[in-house]
Amino acid sequence: MNPEHAPIIQMKNIEKHFGSVIALAGVSVDVFPGECHCLLGDNGAGKSTFIKTMSGVHQPTHGEILFEGKPMHFADPRDAIEAGIATVHQHLAMIPLMSVSRNFFMGNEPVKKIGPINFFDHEYANNVTMEEMKKMGINLRGPDQAVGTLSGGERQTVAIARAVHFGAKVLILDEPTSALGVRQTANVLATIDKVRKQGIAVVFITHNVRHALAVGDRFTVLNRGKTLGTAQRGQITPEELQDLMAGGQEMVALEGSLGGTV
Amino acid sequence: MGESAQNATLNDERIKEISPLRKALIRPELGGMVGTVAVFTFFLLFAFDSGMFNAQGMMNWSVVSAQFMIIAVGACLLMIAGEFDLSVGSMIGFSGMMIAIFSVTLAWPVWMAIIVTFAMAMAIGALNGWIVIRTGLPSFIVTLAFLFILRGFTIFLPQVIERKTIIGGVKDVAEGDWLAPIFGGKILQGLFQWLGDAGVIAVFERGTRQGQPVVDGIPMLIVWAIVLIIFGHVLLTKTKFGNWIYASGGDAEAARNSGVPVNKVKILMFMLTAFCATVFAVCQVMEFGSAGADRGLLKEFEAIIAVVIGGALLTGGYGSVLGAALGALIFGVVQQGLFFAGVESSLFRVFLGVILLGAVILNTYIRRIITGER
Repeated sequence: MNPEHAPIIQMKNIEKHFGSVIALAGVSVDVFPGECHCLLGDNGAGKSTFIKTMSGVHQPTHGEILFEGKPMHFADPRDAIEAGIATVHQHLAMIPLMSVSRNFFMGNEPVKKIGPINFFDHEYANNVTMEEMKKMGINLRGPDQAVGTLSGGERQTVAIARAVHFGAKVLILDEPTSALGVRQTANVLATIDKVRKQGIAVVFITHNVRHALAVGDRFTVLNRGKTLGTAQRGQITPEELQDLMAGGQEMVALEGSLGGTV
Repeated sequence: MGESAQNATLNDERIKEISPLRKALIRPELGGMVGTVAVFTFFLLFAFDSGMFNAQGMMNWSVVSAQFMIIAVGACLLMIAGEFDLSVGSMIGFSGMMIAIFSVTLAWPVWMAIIVTFAMAMAIGALNGWIVIRTGLPSFIVTLAFLFILRGFTIFLPQVIERKTIIGGVKDVAEGDWLAPIFGGKILQGLFQWLGDAGVIAVFERGTRQGQPVVDGIPMLIVWAIVLIIFGHVLLTKTKFGNWIYASGGDAEAARNSGVPVNKVKILMFMLTAFCATVFAVCQVMEFGSAGADRGLLKEFEAIIAVVIGGALLTGGYGSVLGAALGALIFGVVQQGLFFAGVESSLFRVFLGVILLGAVILNTYIRRIITGER
């Protein structure tokens, strides 16, 4: 990572308790503009809780969040979205029955005033949608094509393009590749690469080491609510990452019995 | 692996192959348009001489269709927003009864009775919506409860107050009122008089109305239907709010994630449905001059059927106001047309069941094309 850059978001010693359960026990992560920061961890490691804290869904029990160097307290997700932190969920992002253009501008509809009435500016919406899709390498039949006809990877790409268009500075991708085939995954990873090159910070949550290594600049592994440190690209092998995620020794033993296929 | 290899070969090529015919199929109005053409062809062939297509006959089925259209507009937008209202019929009875009680029994000015009734109906619609949102219960159950609650009051109140279930005399008290003609009046009377004088439409041969045309104007009921259809269509397809209606019904959670005020949208649509039911009620009370406890029975289902024939999905997120209007037109034309054609009227129900089933199957098929499900 380029050291002159200041981190856009700093999570310092974040703790989150749900009643007697300690979901996060002091996690620190910095994210820089233009980097793809991979957050790895097995199920139950605290990945979801951590990104929900980052996107304003949860408030940390202890710890500090600095956004562009200033302490931030997000009361709800809208605060985070307005600050420029966008989350793309694996599901629940697109509405299959609606057109790509209507989906793209859902909640941010452009309006054109005719007389006293504000009309939905379909012409503008359609043009922008076609343009943005072209940039991302998706050829639409037309802006009125229903999202339901797109593949899972293309839907993720539309959601990412939408977040970028509406000014996201930090893009949180919650397991965008977990339900996709090989080719679609490659498309989404290529999209992540394009977005990163525009100077947007990408937080990429996954439990697939190969997907992480394909695009990641830095890797943070969460295990049982704690971080085991952040590694730079090139300083860590896939095997080491896999071990960190699973918690070390048990995995070695398991891998031996499975003949090294995991 | 198999799936992705398949996608690689099918991806863009497949999308571009969709034929124009298939593209034309993916329109919610398709069923309504085909149905309308079929129905008119049928009756033009088999009932042309029955008087169905002279001025009086056309006014007859137009009025019936307009009634269906008024309640279908509200039901359509609500269904696209992902909810049902089964209390529409009871609301028609209730609103009509409240106007009669306010204006006749309590002797309020008719304009005040109408305005207070609209306010009450829309408050009840908002309550319906609020309960659905707050409890997370299906709107089917919540509004089914209101179907019985409102009908119960519609029978109970006039019995307690007037010791009867029909309150008449609204016409007399509405005489000279400024608001009542908006619902019970007629427009273009001059034009119809001229058409009658010119011999285009028939005139009365004798009696007190001798020389007047048999159809003496367009009832405000039809004007309301047209205004509501245009309003609903523009709202749904041309405005920001319309996008929110689609989004709320398509996937409420995804819509919320994108910042759409789903709860507000749904509650407003419940209020619009109640508004439409009340427009129907006021027009009916002004026409008949009375309110009856049994008015509006089964109207909720007729509204939903018209909407479904018009191409809306029962699961929400997809549909068209124009389609719903065509569904209502089919409904009205067939109901009255069978009467003109001299067909036993009970067969109308058989027809209704068959066309409803056909429409739902067609809609499901169209949905599969759109979403790519198999």
